[in-house]
Amino acid sequence: MINFSYSRAGSVAEAVGAKGKADGAGRFIAGGTNLVDLLKENVERPCAVIDISRLPLKTIEEAPDGGLRLGALATNADTAYHPEVQRRYPALSRAILAGASAQLRNMATNGGNLLQRTRCYYFYDVALPCNKRQPGSGCPAIKGQNRVCGVLGTSDDCIATHPSDMCIALAALEAAVRVSGPRGERTIPFAEFHTLPGHTPDIENTLAPDEIITAIDLPPSPYAGHSVYTKVRDRASYAFALVSVAALLDLDGDTIKSARVALGGVAHKPWRLPEAEALLTGKTATKENFLPVAQALFAGAHGYEHNFFKIELGKRAVVRALQLAARGTAAIKGVNGQTADA
Amino acid sequence: MNAFSELDVAGGGTTTALPGKSAVTLTINGKETRLEVAPWTTLLDLLREYLDLTGTKKGCDHGQCGSCTVLVDGKRVNSCLTLAIMKDGCEITTIEGLAGPDGALHPMQQAFVDCDAFQCGYCTPGQICSAVGMIREGHAHSDDEIREQMSGNLCRCGAYPNILDAIKQAYAATEKQAA
Repeated sequence: MINFSYSRAGSVAEAVGAKGKADGAGRFIAGGTNLVDLLKENVERPCAVIDISRLPLKTIEEAPDGGLRLGALATNADTAYHPEVQRRYPALSRAILAGASAQLRNMATNGGNLLQRTRCYYFYDVALPCNKRQPGSGCPAIKGQNRVCGVLGTSDDCIATHPSDMCIALAALEAAVRVSGPRGERTIPFAEFHTLPGHTPDIENTLAPDEIITAIDLPPSPYAGHSVYTKVRDRASYAFALVSVAALLDLDGDTIKSARVALGGVAHKPWRLPEAEALLTGKTATKENFLPVAQALFAGAHGYEHNFFKIELGKRAVVRALQLAARGTAAIKGVNGQTADA
Repeated sequence: MNAFSELDVAGGGTTTALPGKSAVTLTINGKETRLEVAPWTTLLDLLREYLDLTGTKKGCDHGQCGSCTVLVDGKRVNSCLTLAIMKDGCEITTIEGLAGPDGALHPMQQAFVDCDAFQCGYCTPGQICSAVGMIREGHAHSDDEIREQMSGNLCRCGAYPNILDAIKQAYAATEKQAA
C-alpha cells in the first residue's frame, strides 16, 4: 500500500471540492471494502483519500414520485433489510443478500457497490498487463484464465465483468443514479450509468471524476409480487456470480403485462435487452414463451476458452428465473432463489 | 505489508510530502484509547501491532476469510479492510472484550468450548465475534440461515457442524436470558 493523505469531508460540496483538487489522484472512501483491498494490491495508488463516510447520505426515504430513495451511504445490509425495500423491491433485497458476506454488507455502501471494480484476475495482478488498469498494456484474459469473464458486449481490449449483484436488480428496476458535482446535480438513468469496455475499459461509468453519487432512486414498481434474483456460482454462498438473473414480471392472471430481465456475471455492465423483454408482453407465463427471451438475450454472445459454458448456463438461468418469478415472490425462500417446494 | 513501513512510497503516486500520523480516539473493549496512526493503518494492524490485541487474527488480509472479524459499534466487520483512522470515536469490541470483568466466558465462547467448535483455533475469534454480531442482527432462526449468515467466516479445519451447534446453543441461552 502506498502512502496517501487523508481528509474527512464535512459536506458533499467539500467532498467534491477535495476530489477536484486532487485532479484524478484522489479517491473517495466510504465502506472501503473494495478500495482498501485495491490499495493493498497496489492497483489503486491515490495521493489523497477523501473520507465521505460521515456525510448525511444514509437515509432510505420515500421519493416524490412514489418510489424509494436510497442514500448513497446507506449500507448494503441496511438497504437489504429495510422493510420497504423488502416489501416493494424484493429482488433488490435478495440480490444484495446474495452478494458478499454479512461483514462486508455491514460495511459496503450503495454508492460504492455501483463503483466497485471487476474481479478479473489480471486486473488485480500488477505484474501482468491489463488495459483497464494500465491502458494500452494488453488483455491477457482474452487468451488466459477467462472463466470469470464476460460473454456479452466484450471488446478486443477487455472482457471483464461488473461483479455486483445489487446492480443487476437496480438495472431491472430501472433505478436512477443521483449525482452531485461542481456543475450542480443531475440524474443518470441506470442503463446509462455503467459503460461497455470498447477501447477505453479504464472508464467504467458516466460519473465524472469530480462528481459524487448522492442517492439511488427506485421508481414505483408493479413487479413486487413476481420478483426473483437467481445466482449461479461455484459455492452456495460468498462467491461472485458466474451468471445471475434478476427477473421481474407484472402479471394479469397468467398473462404477462410487462417483464424485465437483467443479467449479471456476463458483461462489463448489468445486461438488459428491452427487445427481448418485449417478446413477453401479452404472452402467457410458460417455459415455451420464456425460451425465446433467453435466446434473444444471448444472441450476440461470444464465449472464450474457459467460459463458453456461460452462454448455455445463462439461457437456462433466464428461463429458470422467469419460471420462479411466475410462481410469485412469496413462493421463493432464501437468498439463492431456491423455491419452497423445490 | 507492515503498517509501520512509512517509507514505502517509492514509485507510487505523485505525493511529495510524506503524510503524517493523525490522532484517533477509539473505545476498545470499553477502554478509551488515544493513538497516533498513519492513514493507511488498518484497524486489524492497529489492534495487533500497536495494542498487542493479537486475539484478532490476520488470515487472508483481503476480506475473504473473516478471521479478522471484530464488532464496530456493535456491528461485525472485517477489520483488515477498515482504515483505523476512519473509526475515530467508535466502539470496538474484539475477542478479548467478550468475557465478563470477572473472566467469565461470554455465552458464545462457552458454547464453542462446550461443542468442540474448533480444531486449530485460528479462525475461532473471528467466528465468535461474527456469531455474536449475527445474533445481535437477528438472523439466526434456522440452520440454513446461520450457515448463510456465517459464510463470511471460513474454517480450514472444517469444524462447521460444531460451529453451527455452538451458535445454536449460545442463541438458545441468549433467548432464555431475554425471556
